Amino acid sequence: MRLGKALLYTILVLYAIVTMIPFLWALSSSFKTLEEIVSGSISFIPKDFTLDNYKQIFVEQELFPRWFMNSVIIAVAVTILNLMFNSMAGYALARLHFRGKQTIFMIILAVLMIPAQVTMIPNYLILKQLGWLNSYQGMIVPAMINATFIFMMRQFFINFPKELEEAAALDGLSRIGTFFRIVLPLARPALAAQAIFVFMGSWNDFMRPLIILSDPNLFTLPLGLNSFKGQYISYWNYIMAASMVFTLPVLVIYAFFNRYFIKGISFTGGK
Amino acid sequence: MFSRKRWKEAGTAYTLLSPTLFVLLLFVIGPILFAIYLSFHKVQLLGTASFQFVGFDNFTRILDDTRAKIALWNTVKYVVIVVPTQTMLALVLAATLNAGLKGEKFFRIVYFLPTLTSSAVLTLIFMWMYNQNGLVNHVLEFLGLPTYNWLGDPSVALNAIMIMNIWSTAPFFMVIYLAALQDIPDSLYEAAELDGANAWHKFWYVTVPYLKPVTSFVVIMGLIGTFQLFDQSYIFSGGSGGPNNATLTVVLLIYQYAFKSLGTMGYAAALAFALAIVILLATWLQRKFSKEESLY
Repeated sequence: MRLGKALLYTILVLYAIVTMIPFLWALSSSFKTLEEIVSGSISFIPKDFTLDNYKQIFVEQELFPRWFMNSVIIAVAVTILNLMFNSMAGYALARLHFRGKQTIFMIILAVLMIPAQVTMIPNYLILKQLGWLNSYQGMIVPAMINATFIFMMRQFFINFPKELEEAAALDGLSRIGTFFRIVLPLARPALAAQAIFVFMGSWNDFMRPLIILSDPNLFTLPLGLNSFKGQYISYWNYIMAASMVFTLPVLVIYAFFNRYFIKGISFTGGK
Repeated sequence: MFSRKRWKEAGTAYTLLSPTLFVLLLFVIGPILFAIYLSFHKVQLLGTASFQFVGFDNFTRILDDTRAKIALWNTVKYVVIVVPTQTMLALVLAATLNAGLKGEKFFRIVYFLPTLTSSAVLTLIFMWMYNQNGLVNHVLEFLGLPTYNWLGDPSVALNAIMIMNIWSTAPFFMVIYLAALQDIPDSLYEAAELDGANAWHKFWYVTVPYLKPVTSFVVIMGLIGTFQLFDQSYIFSGGSGGPNNATLTVVLLIYQYAFKSLGTMGYAAALAFALAIVILLATWLQRKFSKEESLY
């Protein structure tokens, strides 16, 4: 039994090391000088510890703060709109009776099955026609609902106690008033899980900005990082410093919300 | 009176659904119909856009396209290796974490780091490690193993992406397994113990069968995700799918035909439909397969 425990711990520790090494290596490289990078040293502790890379990336590429802002604006807008619209749709599908409900629900389920590549090309043409290429709305509007989370919110509201809404109706609150003032505030755990996933999805998305954005001023971080890499291909100290700066915000969010995170995954995990 | 109430309820419902319906129509259903139209046309965007009907030409062209065959072969190879490996790794990690050891929370947070990090950042970190004079080769050398030109050698470039993605995706599925593991009733394990089962028996005869529906879900999600490999290949190869087409995936090829070469947008749409059918077929096969298995 003790042997078994030792074996389990060995597996856990080994895999933790395997997980940590790339991050530690990137972190340590971001504090190294270019000479040390070029020399191919494999020390995890920088010989001449320097913060220059972090300063220099903002000098070499003055668009970094801009890219950061773009990512923030788009991710925050997409998250807020998703929370609102997915919940509204989920609530209507869970609680209200109306003609066409089954059809709409089936369409939403079908959308889950269609790979994004099918709609990617026509979406580009539609956005082009609207004049929305290279714009925030081109990034935000098509992404402001999500079939997976509409489905998840519907499941959530189906199990929601009816009595509260009935009491609200007796107090003379309208259906929409009840939804916004009574139901939505009580849906906070489901909303938190959803918020994290939508935010991360938007923050880390590479393909949509790659197709929609060609003006460097409007790049989001992943796109900006990729173009930065193209320009400074052997300056790995810069590339790693930039990578670290832009991983930080997500780690901070995770540190605060990691409880909801795990919950959220098991939620989407068909449970 | 009664019907007025019903009308009102329908009005409320459609008000709440209006943003969803707007996006669905404009950016999902409309585009699907448009994509069907595109796949039967030769699209020329330069100057005044022109759409010329070509029947099934775009679809038959796939059969003669060497790069499409290479892309499909690369993608299938990637799926066949990555999906089973990441599923098994996720299950083993989850079972180990669930064994009731101390520090479970710490390990869970550490394991989860790759899932949080953007594909762009992860790919850059791995490119740096895969450098010819980089960390991976130094470690291999230290262990007395052969070293590779991971980024430049066509015979290993795709493997480099496979390793990276197994590493980064397995923890996500691990969390799904973890949630399911906590639902297994203790009585099952107690009964197995009475029958003299050891830890391995319990894992193999209680845990694995109990988790079958979750495994099915994890495999389907894995299939859908791996067939759509794009970011990593794109960043790795600077968008080319090189070296020598070794990292060319179906989605990267679709992207190239749609946005990087002229007059092939319709063909790219046809390829996208072909990919959708391949994905549907793969998930359908998986479902059929796992259902038949459960009969025994």
